[in-house]
Amino acid sequence: MEMQATALDAVFGALADPTRRAILARLTTGDLTVNELARPFAMSQPAISRHLKVLESAGLISRRRQQTARLSHLEGEGLRDASDWLARYQAYWDERHARLDALLTALQTPQPESPDSADPAG
Amino acid sequence: MGTTRITAEPDTPFIDLEREFDAPPDLLFRAHSEPELLKQWLGAMYEMTIEEYDVRDGGRWRYTHHAPNGEAYGFHGVFHGNQSTAGMLQTFEFDGAPGHVSLDQLWFVPNGATTIVKVHSVHQTVEARDAMIASGMERGLNEGYARLDDLLARLAAPVA
Repeated sequence: MEMQATALDAVFGALADPTRRAILARLTTGDLTVNELARPFAMSQPAISRHLKVLESAGLISRRRQQTARLSHLEGEGLRDASDWLARYQAYWDERHARLDALLTALQTPQPESPDSADPAG
Repeated sequence: MGTTRITAEPDTPFIDLEREFDAPPDLLFRAHSEPELLKQWLGAMYEMTIEEYDVRDGGRWRYTHHAPNGEAYGFHGVFHGNQSTAGMLQTFEFDGAPGHVSLDQLWFVPNGATTIVKVHSVHQTVEARDAMIASGMERGLNEGYARLDDLLARLAAPVA
C-alpha cells in the first residue's frame, strides 16, 4: 500500500508536466530518439533528456541504445495503473452520486396525499 | 448530470469533485445533513450505521461502514463553522489511519433548476492524498468489485 502510493505519486508527478505528457503522446506511435522528441519543442536536448529521466524513473518509459541513438519506448503499464486508480475512484463516487440522484428524485416526487408539502421543520 | 468530475492534480494535496444534481440546494443540504437520508446514498454499498451526526459548528460526526465479511470501517470528524444550504465544512478521518485528517469543504451552488455540488478536499501531504484515492477505491472494491466493473464497463462504453 505504501509502495503503491509512492509509485503512483511518481507517476502523477511525471504526468504533471505538459511537455512530458506530449512526449508520452508522441511515443504512442512508436519509439523515438531524443533528437526526434526535441524537434517540436523550443527546448534543448538536455532539457528533453531531463524530462525523459523523470518519465523513466516513474516507469512510464524505458530507454535503450540503438547504435549511436538512444530510443525511448512507452511503457503503457505504468500509465494504465494511474488512470485505472483514478477511474475506479471516480466510479466509486459515480455510484454514490447515482444513488443520491435517486434519493433526490424520490424526495421531489409529490406524495398523493400531501403533494410537495413544505418541510415542517423549516 | 451523470458523472462526477474529479480533479487530483499531481504534486498537490487536493482532490476536487464536481457534480450537477437535478434538485435545489436545500434538498442537497438535507441529503448531506440528515442521517436517515445520508445513509441512503452514502452507505448503500455497505450497511452503514451513523453513531453521531451533529451538524453545527463544533459538532461531531461518526459513522461506520459494515462489510459483509464482518469488517467495519469507521470514520469520524468535526463540523466547522456555519453549515447551511450554501455549504458545509468538516474534517474527515479514517479510524484505520488516526492523525491523518483531511478538511472537506462542500458548496451547493445554485445553477438554474439544478445544483452543482463542489467538494474541495485538502490533505496533509501529497502522499496522503494519493493514498486516499487508492484506499477510497479499495473500500469501494472490497465488496463491490463486480458492480464497479459493470459501472466501469458502462462508463467505457461509447455513448450512442
